[in-house]
Amino acid sequence: MALDRWIALILLGICIAYGYTAWFAMDANLAPFMRRNPIWPSTFPKVLSVLGVAASLIILVGLEKSEEKIGEIDHRRLGDYFIGQAVVLLALMVVYALCLRPLGFLFSTSAFLIIGSFILGERKWHVMIPVAFIATGSVWYLVQEVLGIFLRPLPMFMGV
Amino acid sequence: MLEGILIGLQTALSLQNLLVVIGGCLIGTFIGMLPGLGPMSIIAIMIPVAITMGDPSAALILLAGVYYGAIFGGSTSSILLNAPGVAGTVASSFDGYPMARQGKAGKALTIAAIASFAGGTIGAILLMIFAPMLSTVALLFHSPEYFALMVVGLSAIAAFAGPGQVTKALLMTILGLVMATVGEGALFNLPRFTGGIMDLQSGFGFITLAMAMFALPEAIFLVLKPKNLGDDGGEIKDLRISRAEARAIAPVIGRQSIQGFFIGVLPGAGATIASFLGYAVERNIAPKHEQEEFGKGSVKGLAAPETANNAACTGSFVPLLTLGIPGSGTTAILLGALIALNVTPGPRLMIDEPQIFWAVIMSMFIGNLVLLVLNLPLIPYIAKLLAIPRNYLIPFILFFTLMGAYIGQNNATELLMLVGFGVCGIALKFANYPLPPLLIGFILGGMMEDNFSRSMQLYGGVSFVLERPMTLGLLVIAAGLIIVPVLRSRLAK
Repeated sequence: MALDRWIALILLGICIAYGYTAWFAMDANLAPFMRRNPIWPSTFPKVLSVLGVAASLIILVGLEKSEEKIGEIDHRRLGDYFIGQAVVLLALMVVYALCLRPLGFLFSTSAFLIIGSFILGERKWHVMIPVAFIATGSVWYLVQEVLGIFLRPLPMFMGV
Repeated sequence: MLEGILIGLQTALSLQNLLVVIGGCLIGTFIGMLPGLGPMSIIAIMIPVAITMGDPSAALILLAGVYYGAIFGGSTSSILLNAPGVAGTVASSFDGYPMARQGKAGKALTIAAIASFAGGTIGAILLMIFAPMLSTVALLFHSPEYFALMVVGLSAIAAFAGPGQVTKALLMTILGLVMATVGEGALFNLPRFTGGIMDLQSGFGFITLAMAMFALPEAIFLVLKPKNLGDDGGEIKDLRISRAEARAIAPVIGRQSIQGFFIGVLPGAGATIASFLGYAVERNIAPKHEQEEFGKGSVKGLAAPETANNAACTGSFVPLLTLGIPGSGTTAILLGALIALNVTPGPRLMIDEPQIFWAVIMSMFIGNLVLLVLNLPLIPYIAKLLAIPRNYLIPFILFFTLMGAYIGQNNATELLMLVGFGVCGIALKFANYPLPPLLIGFILGGMMEDNFSRSMQLYGGVSFVLERPMTLGLLVIAAGLIIVPVLRSRLAK
């Protein structure tokens, strides 16, 4: 089965779960006065669930005739591309998200930029490190000091 | 009116105010490039500076400069990095980013600058002429008309429904609408589809979704298949627009300045709908061979939303200045600034304080002109951003996508959601599902449901569709915008 049909199958599942909540679960706790309204919080989701199920089924069953187009990247030959780098970079983003508060903005961001460049094959440490530090410091200064949006600069254990 | 224009020019052209507008444009442009910081946030940040200036005219001129600068800055990140930081610039990335990928970043930014200038300037002329008259027309629009207008805005999805992709585009739109229902709706005040997760109470963040669907998949694709941005040929510093291109975009700019301005006048409609609608209309009226270029780097596809966006921003000043009603988030912040400066906008502003009313309008002309004069020489340097080696550029793009989501919501969970949605976006891109309809559905979904629900409550059912001719007319237009292109492509086969 082609990837677009697999995705349609997943979306069908999402639409069914969404529709189940809208049709059978959402209205249970509705206040009595709201039941007299011509529209309930579940009305719009109900319509969307029906449309979503119908559209997913059309793609899944293949009612709309279309040739399988391979985009910029052929997903069937992912091994031919730099898939390892892409996966590690996505993992690095997750680690950054988890470390941003406990380790502080300055350390996490500098590390993210240096490790990110390293993953992509850069080995010029004398360029990577100053670029990362200058960029991190500039963004932190702009966001926190100029714009007044709080970004914890240092690790949590340092109490800042 | 002539006397008013002269008063406004005298105020706006003083050396101090000229410096103020130049500073405002520069600040707005550079901060606006950061995803997550739209005109609304930047103006809010600049209000204390404006208030300390003391002079209401100078303060408003500063804020107008910041406003126009921020809009242009937002377009820049949209075109160069496919990272639209605000909803109004999403449509600019549809053709702006493909142009940048084809090595035409300089040209794309020039078209954006000229289209923005023209949209803003023509909008200001229309504002001068029609402001008092339009304020009453704007009040004729009620919830049913707004609902129908959102549906017309959704018709922009037809532009992404290529051969055999109509259902995919439709499914993506539905998915966007579904995602917009998560969280507490403005009308019902009940949490929906949150699964008890506190972080979902306010729904998904727009910036998170925009970054996840646009910027992140593009950056990961650049990792998978290495090449430097702008490598496809052309000279990224080349700003020149050919005579044929100028001829092609001139009528688009004319049409979209007018259409965008009138949509901007409607409180609550604003730049986002104007830009989507501008894109959809221009695609639908373009000859068939040009229609196929939309989404692949069409100059018309870039000029249309850029012009409409700026004209709508100018249009949103009509209800603010004439009725004291803020038509958008940004004008709501400006209203706050006006009140803090002891200026009460409304029908009497033009009579009681004409120097302020006209200074604001003149500052729009000067702001747009200054922006064009300042930015055209800067474009080669801004476009050079794409010449940064990929090993450095990609971590920076990923970092700015993360920062955009973090600044917008100030919540680390948002970053995890960004990565999760980003992976979904990559899978959808692999399978050739068009992603812009998802974002269009998400942006318009909340407003559409609110207006639909309000209309249903007011009319006790869907009878409002038949009872209000303007609603019916708009819905017919929307149906035509979706069905006609599909039928036309079927007949062509």
